[in-house]
Amino acid sequence: MSILIDKNTKVITQGLGATGLFHAHGAREYGTQMVGGVTPGKGGTVIEGFDIFDTVREAVYKTGATASVIYVPPPFAADAIIEAVDAGIELVCCITEGIPVLDMVKVKSFMKGKSTRLVGPNCPGVITPGQIKIGIMPGYIHKPGKVGVVSRSGTLTYEAVWQLTCIGLGQSTCVGIGGDPVNGTNHMDVLRMFEEDPDTEAVIMIGEIGGSSEEEGAYFVRDHMTKPVAAYIAGVTAPPGKRMGHAGAIISGGKGTATEKVAILESCGISVAASPAEMAQALLKVYRP
Amino acid sequence: MNIHEYQAKAILREFGVPVPDGHVCYNGASAREWAKRLGDGPWVVKAQIHAGGRGKGGGVKLARSADEVRNIAREMLGMTLRTHQTGPEGKLVTRILVENGCNIGRELYVSLLVDRATDKVTVMASTEGGMDIEEVAANTPEKIFKEAIDPLLGLTPFQCRSLAFQLGLTGKQIPKGVAVLQGLYNTFIGCDCALLEINPLVVTNEGELLCLDAKFGFDDNAIFRHHRIGDMRDYDEEDPNEVEASQHDLSYVSLTGNIGCLVNGAGLAMATMDIIKHSGGNPANFLDVGGGATIERVTEAFKLILSDKNVKGILVNIFGGIMKCDVIATGVIEAAKQVSLKVPLVVRLEGTNVDLGKKLLADSGLNIVAADGMADAAKKIVQAVAAA
Repeated sequence: MSILIDKNTKVITQGLGATGLFHAHGAREYGTQMVGGVTPGKGGTVIEGFDIFDTVREAVYKTGATASVIYVPPPFAADAIIEAVDAGIELVCCITEGIPVLDMVKVKSFMKGKSTRLVGPNCPGVITPGQIKIGIMPGYIHKPGKVGVVSRSGTLTYEAVWQLTCIGLGQSTCVGIGGDPVNGTNHMDVLRMFEEDPDTEAVIMIGEIGGSSEEEGAYFVRDHMTKPVAAYIAGVTAPPGKRMGHAGAIISGGKGTATEKVAILESCGISVAASPAEMAQALLKVYRP
Repeated sequence: MNIHEYQAKAILREFGVPVPDGHVCYNGASAREWAKRLGDGPWVVKAQIHAGGRGKGGGVKLARSADEVRNIAREMLGMTLRTHQTGPEGKLVTRILVENGCNIGRELYVSLLVDRATDKVTVMASTEGGMDIEEVAANTPEKIFKEAIDPLLGLTPFQCRSLAFQLGLTGKQIPKGVAVLQGLYNTFIGCDCALLEINPLVVTNEGELLCLDAKFGFDDNAIFRHHRIGDMRDYDEEDPNEVEASQHDLSYVSLTGNIGCLVNGAGLAMATMDIIKHSGGNPANFLDVGGGATIERVTEAFKLILSDKNVKGILVNIFGGIMKCDVIATGVIEAAKQVSLKVPLVVRLEGTNVDLGKKLLADSGLNIVAADGMADAAKKIVQAVAAA
């Protein structure tokens, strides 16, 4: 078992440009059922082995896809998400970085009451090692296993996964929720899924400065989780008021500092790594595989 | 991205939000001329820099005659203004705003922002204008009123009225308050703001509402659809290295330490700064070369790091996923040669083609220290800088 996706999930790509194609091939090689792509105006053609459709609705109807991955450029990405939601896609992973925040405010409002789960934007995607990969992460660093990983950062997720794999600990599912201030899925949503997943035994959550997703996650861990959780928060040295790469990684009004987050996580019983080199060790302090 | 107060007020004026009449000036003579054109005084002369707290630093002054406007303008232009937001080095004043003064009755506070907890644009208003709003929020939270805005409906009249009543507006001030709030919301949406703060919004003794100061923060991701706002960017107000970085699509933030960092990925870049600190050193910068870095980009990143004279060593930390380690290694070698590197360089490579990358570095003949893992890399660069 796993969360969100498994080997039976059928995936379409929205935005099959150079980047989208590159990663669609990568996913297919990993074993993902990449059943087609949506490029308006090129429906009915085949691009490098991928069946192309004009609309998401048509792609869903003809392929039975339940997941979509979006590489559409920022000015048009919000529309792509809305199209996927409208077509009834269950899981939308939006990789695109740089979507205007007010576009995402509209997307979130539109999604209310709909069953679609959005992961991202500005995220690496989701992987269930050994079964399926949706997104841009390097597949080979992962190993099937029992540790769930949830993170706002891409490369920092790879770092955590690699530390786990190097000590022989595999992963159940790894979810990159993305670095934007308004996104589809937060830490708490993923923690809840890991808690309910019988094949996840422990979780590493990775956060950073800005917002309060980590704090909400921590309170969920304290009140509702039985499984051990370790964490790392990036940005102890980040100056206030500066955007640190991610649009959402900013300390504003003195809120969202790493120090404050670490204190709350620790008070909720989470094993917080003092340095990014110690994420796997921090997990071993609370989890015996 | 931020803009100056005079630019902010021009935008508000376009959206029908009341602001005092005023004009930006670059020398004393034109300040005097504009004062006479604006009215009979008194006037306020305000230094235009991208930092708050100008009043306490001597950057906001009242003038009773046009000659006094000229004299104050001459004093301010060319002065280095220090406020709690500029840091000790301060900021050079190259332009001033001359505007009509008003008779302040009450000072209120209004701001709009994207609330990450509700994923909605939210208006915050307070009767405690002119104060530091963070202090008000901490000490007297009951004096802050909020309305979350449905993106479909926009800021509704009833929400505006509710805020107007809570702000203590009465009689004819109420419809004026509603109009100001709706104008501010239209500005926020129309310009893709991340933050719009009016502090203070004043009620004059004559019962008029006026925005005496305005602070805009724009969503950098949306500047592409607001070219006119993009053109308002004042590069003199920004760190020159950060400006240079943005021209090469590098995400860079200057810090005060002496260990330069070159990393792929924002989260890993922040974590690299943290582990340097954790190991007893101090990072000189945040730098994310991005996922698709080329040899040229890596070279530019190196030049940028080395243009900071405080840098005594460099740590390269790459987790090659899609990015291959041999490509990064080639970039590092090329850059080190081009800039004739003289400070210690520690490189940590992990991921795709890592062995090939390490071999390239070892065979390059350059003085590059290889590291295994982040902890080892941080320890090595901190030691190398301490020994240098």
